[in-house]
Order: sequence, then C-alpha cells, then structure tokens
Amino acid sequence: MVKKLFSRLYVGLIILFLYAPIAVLIVLSFNDSKSRVVWGGFTTRWYSEVFSNSTILSAFATTIALALLSALIASVIGTLAALGIDRMRRKQYQVVMFFTNIPLLNADIVTGIALMLWFVRFLPLGFTSLLLAHVTFNIPYVILCVLPKLRQMDVNLYEAARDLGANSRTAFFKITFPFILPGVLSGFFLAVTMSMDDFVITYFTKGAGVNTLSTMIYGEIRKGIKPEMYALSTILFLIILLLLILMNIVPRLKNREQTASAVRDF
Amino acid sequence: MNRKLLAAPYLVWVAGFIIIPLLFILGKALTTADGGFTLQNIAAIASPIHRKALLLSLQLALLCTVICVLLAYPLALIVRSSKLNQQSIVMFILILPMWMNFILRILALQMLLSNNGILNMILSRFSIAPLEIINTPAAIVFGMVYDFLPYMILPVMNSILSIDNNLIAAARDLGANGFHVFWKVIFPLSLPGVASGITMVFVPAMTAFVISDILGGGKIQLLGNVIEQEFSVSMDWNLGSGLSVALMLFILATSLLLGRGQNQSDRGRLLW
Repeated sequence: MVKKLFSRLYVGLIILFLYAPIAVLIVLSFNDSKSRVVWGGFTTRWYSEVFSNSTILSAFATTIALALLSALIASVIGTLAALGIDRMRRKQYQVVMFFTNIPLLNADIVTGIALMLWFVRFLPLGFTSLLLAHVTFNIPYVILCVLPKLRQMDVNLYEAARDLGANSRTAFFKITFPFILPGVLSGFFLAVTMSMDDFVITYFTKGAGVNTLSTMIYGEIRKGIKPEMYALSTILFLIILLLLILMNIVPRLKNREQTASAVRDF
Repeated sequence: MNRKLLAAPYLVWVAGFIIIPLLFILGKALTTADGGFTLQNIAAIASPIHRKALLLSLQLALLCTVICVLLAYPLALIVRSSKLNQQSIVMFILILPMWMNFILRILALQMLLSNNGILNMILSRFSIAPLEIINTPAAIVFGMVYDFLPYMILPVMNSILSIDNNLIAAARDLGANGFHVFWKVIFPLSLPGVASGITMVFVPAMTAFVISDILGGGKIQLLGNVIEQEFSVSMDWNLGSGLSVALMLFILATSLLLGRGQNQSDRGRLLW
C-alpha cells in the first residue's frame, strides 16, 4: 500500500515537472499585461489579436508550410530509399545505414553549421535552404519507420500475387504498399513533429528574411515575447492534444487489443 | 526492375546534403580566413577560455545524463509493475509537451525558477528559505533535464516493458528473490535502452546553447554558446567550424568510450 502510494506520488511529481511550464504559458496567454512578471487581470484579447498580427501569422505559415512540405518530400524519398535499402546486401546496407544515422547522431549545431557553409556557396539563404535542411534531417526518421515494416512483411505474399498473374507494379500497389502504409504515415507525422520542433538547424540555415515561430521567439527573448505568441501556442497545444486524444483514446475504447499492438508498432 | 535503384534519389541526397556539408565544415575548420592550411582552429579548443567552456559543458551534460537515468529508471519500473498496459498513455504524456515551443517552455521555466518567481513564492508561503538558482549552472542542468528527460524515459521504458514476464517467472521458480530478479534479469536486459537514452540525452546536452543562454542569464558560457557566437557575433567562421569539428570528435570519442553501438533507430521509433 505504501509502495503504491509512493509510486503514484513519483509519477505525479514527474508529470508536474513536465507540465508546470506549460501551465505557466497557458496562464500567460490570458494575462492582460505585456509583461511576463505582472498579472494584469484576465483577458482573452490576445486570442483575437493574434489573428491580426501579420508577423506572427507569417512566421506561423512558414512553420506549417515548411513542416508539411519537408515531411512530404522526406516521405517520398525516404520510402523509396527504404524499399531499395531492404534489398541491399549486408555490406551495402551497413554503409547506407551509417550515413542515415549521421543526421540523427550528430549534434544539431554541427549539422546546421555544415549545411549553412555549403548552402551559401550556391543559394541565397531563405525558404529553399530551410526546406533542403529540413528534408535532410527528416528523411532518416521516415526510413527508420518504414524499414521495420518491410522487414516484417512476408515475401510470400508478394510472390503469391505475382504467381496469380499480377505484374510487379500491381503487386506493389496491392500488396507491399498497403502493408507499409502505417510506417509511411508514422514517418510523415514524426517528420512534421521534428520540423515544427527544430530550432538550431533552422537558426543557422534560415537567412535574414525568413522566420519560423522558433526563430521569431528566439529573436524576441531580449525585447520581451509578444503575448499573442502565448495565445497561438496554447491554441496549437490544444489542437494537438485533441488530435492525440482522437488518435489514441478513441480507438482504444473501440478495440483495446488492436490499439495496444498498433501503438507498439507506431 | 532492380528495386535497389529506388534508393538512388536518397543516395544522391546523402552525397549532396550529408557528405558534402561535412566536408565543407572540415574544410573551413582546416583553413585560415585567406585560405591557407592550419590546424589552429581545431587546436583552439585547448586554449584556456575554450577548455573552460568544454569542461563546464562536459560536467553539466554528464550531470544531466545521470539525473535523467535516475529519474527515468524508477518511472519505467513503476509503469511496468502497474497492472494496466499504460505504455501508450505514458508516451502520450511525454510527447505532448514537445508541441509547445521549446524556447517558450524554457522561458516559462525561467519564470518558475527566478528569485522572485513562482517557485519561491510557494516556498515562502511555507516559510522555506528561497532558492537562488537562476543564472547558475544548477539552473542550466535543471533546464536540460526538463528538456531531455523524455528522450531518456522512452528508450528505458521500451526496454524494461519489453522484458518477457516468463523470464521473471523462471527466475522466481529457480529461487531468485526480488533483488536477484532485478539484478540478474531486469537490469542487464534494460541496459540497451539505458545506453540509447544516454546517447540521446548526452549529445544535445553537450551542445545546448539556448538553455544556457536563458537560464544562465547570458553569463555562463558553454561550448555551444562559444560556437554560436563565433557565427553570430565574432563572424569568425573558420574558428567556429574548427571548434564544431573538435566538439564532434570529442562526442564521437566519448560515445565510443561509453560503449555505444546501440541501434539509434530507437530515436526514430520511440517518439510515437
């Protein structure tokens, strides 16, 4: 009994630790004062003002466009790569996976600087350079999500389709692709998350004219964060909370067993 | 058609955006501003100021990694011993904060920890002496643990939850007590997860510069800050590249020393 109480307390403290700053930010989004340290009363005006703040909205649009585009490109290149890597012999496989691990293992600051030094040779830094950088660090996540799916797949299924008269294209789209699709989708969502979350690589490869939400916030640290930013973050947080609940909890109620295994694969 | 060819676009990408940039940073590191060969940019890591930053970064990153292991391990054991399979809920709780911008979260942490901040307000209610940790290395470690803890919890929990119950039952049948079950079965089988957690926390902690900037009050220089300033303030790209390469070599050596060799594929999978 004491042990159980202690366990509950421990889990509670970790959750408190992780969520206390988020609670602070949500409270700040309702604070009727430009200052972070003064409570000026309750207001919802930041929530309406954020939609007329063009700098924040344009940084938000850049962030979203960058996340979706880079995740999409990375998903296509990464899925094709996984299909190819799956057929490679041991030696080739190891060499390719070594390079795939570099962006994951290398410090972000080194990746960002290295890409920037290369980009300035042939391209003005801006949205294009950001997109190239984000695709670069996103592809490995897609490969690592798709490859295990291919490894789990029974080759006989594909062979059976061929035996029954399907050509290789039909067999791929009817058998292989539906099987690896969950891996491709989780790779895509992971890539979106990583792109939205990135600050360091974006900071070094963005150039002067472009801002994402992260780099914009970083630029405002000394001047003071605009309260609209808290409102936008709270809205984003609630949307993701809702999405994750829909993805995790609802199917869980429908079919507990199936979800448990799906989440493990995810 | 040979399916291997499908990897061709990716291989071109690897050459163009992974290998060439690394050659470029190496090239910058090994040259002077007017293009002559030099080793000084890399050797600069040993100069007193940089060595101090390197040692402080190393200390804080090691401390952060140790604290993360100590916090994550009991949590994983607790989740395992709870009857429900709560793994997906725990994942959910850990991933959700990542969608709140990380710089904003660190700023909120600064408000919580500052001398007249929220934490000290609560402490004074209970007549406890205020904590003066903002702008000290302790605050930076606090921030690092806050930011990187999920990267430790997820792999450690993955490895502990995937231990087969039959193994534990077998150990019990053979007469092992609770301590022996932990020491001879659970602990060795959890080590791969701990090892990948260590890599995933140590590298970003070693190279952090935003956390130290905000929670250190701009006065404490970690290696990440030194490198960042070579690019944003001093504009000495050669020196900045040299220090980056030195940092990369240092991390590589440390991880080899820590006996890495775990598959980093975990980092991709565990986030979802």
